[in-house]
Amino acid sequence: MTIVANKPEPIIYELSSPGRQGAALPSCDVPIARLPDHLMRDELKLPEVSEVDVVRHFTRLSQKNYCVDLGIYPLGSCTMKYNPKINEEAVKLSGFTAVHPYQSADEIQGALQLMYELQEMLGEICGLPGVTLQPAAGAQGELAGILIIHAYHKARKDTKRKKVIVPDSAHGTNPATSSMSGYQVVQVKSDARGNVDLDELRKLADDETVGLMLTNPNTLGLFEENIRAVCQIIHDAGGLVYGDGANLNAIVGVARPGDLGIDILHSNLHKTFSVPHGGGGPGAGAVMVRQDLARFLPGPIVAKRGKRYEFAMPRKSIGRVKSFYGNFLALVRAYVYIRSFGKEHLHEIAEDAVINANYLLARLKGVYAAPFGNRVCKHEFVLTGTPFAEKYGVHTLDIAKRIQDYGFYPPTIYFPLTVPECIMIEPTETESKKSLDEFADALLKIAEEARTNPQLLHDAPTTAPVTRLDDVKAARAPVLCYKG
Amino acid sequence: MTHRFIPNTDADRAAMLQTIGVASAKDLFADVPQDALYPKIKLPSALSELDLMRELQTMSARNANVNERACFLGAGAYNHFIPATIPHLVFRSEFYTAYTPYQAEISQGTLQTIFEYQSMICALTGMDAANASHYDGATAAAEAAILAINQLPGRNKILVCPTLHPEYRATIRTYLAGHDIEIVGDEDTSATFEQMVDKHLDDRTACVIVANPDFLGRVRDLKPYADRVHAAGALFVVSAYPISLGLYQAPGNYGADVVVGEGQSLGNPIAFGGPYLGIFATKEKFLRRMAGRLVGQATDTKGRRGFTLTLQAREQHIRREKATSNICTNQALCALAACVYLSTLGKSGLRQVAELCYHKAHYAANKINRLVGYRVNMKQEFFNEFVVECPRPVAEINAALRERGIIGGYDLSKDYPHLGNAMLVAVTEMNTREQIDAFAKALGEEIRRRKKG
Repeated sequence: MTIVANKPEPIIYELSSPGRQGAALPSCDVPIARLPDHLMRDELKLPEVSEVDVVRHFTRLSQKNYCVDLGIYPLGSCTMKYNPKINEEAVKLSGFTAVHPYQSADEIQGALQLMYELQEMLGEICGLPGVTLQPAAGAQGELAGILIIHAYHKARKDTKRKKVIVPDSAHGTNPATSSMSGYQVVQVKSDARGNVDLDELRKLADDETVGLMLTNPNTLGLFEENIRAVCQIIHDAGGLVYGDGANLNAIVGVARPGDLGIDILHSNLHKTFSVPHGGGGPGAGAVMVRQDLARFLPGPIVAKRGKRYEFAMPRKSIGRVKSFYGNFLALVRAYVYIRSFGKEHLHEIAEDAVINANYLLARLKGVYAAPFGNRVCKHEFVLTGTPFAEKYGVHTLDIAKRIQDYGFYPPTIYFPLTVPECIMIEPTETESKKSLDEFADALLKIAEEARTNPQLLHDAPTTAPVTRLDDVKAARAPVLCYKG
Repeated sequence: MTHRFIPNTDADRAAMLQTIGVASAKDLFADVPQDALYPKIKLPSALSELDLMRELQTMSARNANVNERACFLGAGAYNHFIPATIPHLVFRSEFYTAYTPYQAEISQGTLQTIFEYQSMICALTGMDAANASHYDGATAAAEAAILAINQLPGRNKILVCPTLHPEYRATIRTYLAGHDIEIVGDEDTSATFEQMVDKHLDDRTACVIVANPDFLGRVRDLKPYADRVHAAGALFVVSAYPISLGLYQAPGNYGADVVVGEGQSLGNPIAFGGPYLGIFATKEKFLRRMAGRLVGQATDTKGRRGFTLTLQAREQHIRREKATSNICTNQALCALAACVYLSTLGKSGLRQVAELCYHKAHYAANKINRLVGYRVNMKQEFFNEFVVECPRPVAEINAALRERGIIGGYDLSKDYPHLGNAMLVAVTEMNTREQIDAFAKALGEEIRRRKKG
C-alpha cells in the first residue's frame, strides 16, 4: 500500500463547499413548464464538489482496497480469479451498453444471439440442457432452483413434501433460500471423510423430502465421493437434487454435474466464468436444468426460430425473479470468457485450479493442521487454526490479519462452520507457482511468528490503511450514514 | 502453450504435481466417477483476443443503440447522461476486482464508498438506513414485502398497487410463492390506487406497495394514503425513481416506511436490462429486519475512523435458515456508480437533471397532445413519462418510427389493456428539442400517411 492510501480520506460530504458542482448540463432548450410547488422538496443533502474533487476522492479510496489485479485473493468458495481485460472492453461496446431492454426484437438480434449462445454453452458445459440467464446472483439462482423443484412437485400433485435436506457444510445461502421458499430445513451431517453421511441421508430422505441442496465439491473442497449414491437416495425418495454450482470451477470442462445425477444447478458466473466481483456484485447466477424441468424455468429466456432470436416464456415458468432478462453485461463477460477458452482449453481451468490448491495444501499441511489432508482436495481446502489457538493463544482471525501485513488478502475464515478456527483457501488457476510459493512462504513464516512472537499477530495488521476496527461497538450503536 | 489466462507452464505443473505426490492432473480427479471424466463438450473453438473482439463488434453492431437513435422508451430503465467521472472510476480495477469487504482493513475503499452511497440514498429518500445489496427495483420491492411480513407476524396480506411496474409485481409474486401470503390489488390493472385501498386495506394487511411516479408516469401527493395505511397498522412502501427525487419530496417526508426503487438511472447504463441497482432504505425501527450488507462507521485501535460490515447477525452466513434473506450480494459496483454520479452532479446538478427531464417531457407531451388523433392527459401531474392515447396500435406506430431511426415508447396494451392503444413515452435530458420535434412530427405524419394509404 502506498503512503497516500494510509492517509485518512474525508467523507465526500466533508469535502463539500456550497457552489461547487462536478458536472455541467446543457441549458434547457425547450420552454419552461410550471413546477408543482406543493410536491417539491425543499432540501437535498448531496455533496457539492468539483470534478477534480470527485476523481481524487474516489481514486484515493480505490487505493485503500486490495484487489485481484494486485495479487492473490485466496478467499475460499469465492473463486477470486483474474478477470480478463477483454471482458471489460467488450462491455463498453455501445451495442451492449446503450441498448434498452424493451427495444423490439428486430433491433436487438446481436444481444439475443449472445444470450442464446451463452445458454447453449452453459447447458453443454453442465450437462443440463435447460438454461435461464435471468437470476442476478447465485443466491437468486438458488431461489429459482428451489421454486422450480416446488413447481415440479406441484405439477405431480405431490404436495405434502416440506423438507429440504442441506449438508452441515453448506453455504449459508442454502438454508436461507430453503426457508425463504417456505420450506423446512433439515441438516444432514458429514462423515469423517467429509462426505455426506449416507446412512443419515437414508434416514432423512422420505416422501416428505422436497430435495437436497448439494455443493459439490463441497465447502471443504472435497468432491463428494458417493455422488451417485447420494443422488440415488434422493431420487428414490422422489426428491430432486439441487446442485449449488458455487464450486463449479473445480470441475468445469472435466466433469459435468448433469452426468453425475444433479437435476438443477446454478452457476455463479462471477466465480467460474470470470465476471469481476465488483466489491461484492453485481454477479449473475444462471440456472441449468434437466430437459424435462426446462418448462419451469424463470424467464423470459431466448429461443431461436429459424435464424431469428426472440424472448419466450417457458410454458410452466415459475415466473420472473427480477426485472428484465438478467445481468446482461455480466453475461457478455461470461460469454467472452468461454469463447476465449473454447473446447480445447476449458478443462485447463479446473485442472490448474485443482493442481494449485493441492500444491498449496501440500506445502502447508505439515505446519498447519489440515483436517482432510489425507484426501486430495479440489479447487480449495480447509485448515484449522485450533492447534495455534490452544498452544499460543493465536486465533485464525489473528493469522488472517497478519497475512495482510505480508501484502496478501487473507483466505475465508471461520467457514465452513463445521471446522473450528477454519481457514479456507482457494487459490484459483490464475496464480502462478511463484505466486503460490510466496503466499505459502508467508503463511509458514506467520506460523513461526505465532510460536515465537504471537504479539505480532495480535497487533496485526499494522501496514493497512486502518488497524483492527471495533466491530462490537460499531454494531451496538450503528452509524450507517453521514450525520454531518 | 498454456492458455493466456493461466500462468502455469508445463514445467511448473510437473514440479507441483511432484510436490503433491501424484503423476498427473487426472490423478487429482480420482474421486470423480471415472466414466464421467473428460466428457466431449460441444463448444466452439478457442478464439484469440483479436478474433473474439471482431466477433463481439459484429454482435454489438446488430443492436440498434440509443446513442445513435432518439429513444423515448423508459418504463423502468432510463437513458440518462453518464458523466465521464463514472466509467473512469468504476473501471478502476481496485474497485471492480475486489470482493465483498470481509477483511475491512484492506477494503476501506469499497466500504467507504458504500457508506457514502448509503448516506446519499438516505438523503434522497428521507430514510435512516440504506443498503447497497439488492439486484434491482423489482427484487428490492419483493424484499420490502418480506420485511413487512416479518415485521408484522400474523398479518398475511399485502396490497400491491396495479400501477407498480408489471415486472416488479410479477417478481413479488415469484418471491412470495412459497409463503402463505395473499397478494391483492396487483392484477386489477384498471383499478385506481384509491379504489384499491378502499377495497382491500384492513387489519390483515402487512404493507401497501405503491410507486411514485407510478408506472404510467403519474406523480401524486401520497400523504393522505400513508396516513390511512398507518392507521390500519400496515407499512407503507414507496417505489421511487431516484432522478425524480432531485425535484420531488422525499418519500420519507410523506410517510414512507420503506423506500425502494431502481437505481440504474444513477449513473448505470441501460445495458439491455442489467446489471442494475436495487435501492432499499428504511426507517431506523426496521433496521434489524433489513436484508443485505450494511456498512457502519467504526473506530480502529488507534482511534481513527474506519468502516466495516455491520449488523451481520441478520445475514445468511450467520443466521442460515433464520436470516432475513438469502442475499449474499452487495451490488457494490453499481452502488459505486451511483455514488460517483450523485457526487459529480451534487445538490444542484441532480435538481438540474430532474428539471430538464420535467420540462422536456412537458414540452413533448404538449406537442403530442396537439396532434390530431393523439391525446395526453395534461391535467395529470407527471414527471418525465406520460401516457399517449394513440389512434392505432402502438406496435404499428413503433414499427413506422423505427424506419425513421426513432425508438418509440412502451406499448401498454399487454399490461393495461383497458387503456386501448396507449404508448408510455419517456423523455430525459438526453432528448434534444430537435429529437422531440422529429418524434412528434413522425407521429403526426404517420397518421396522415395512413389516411392517404
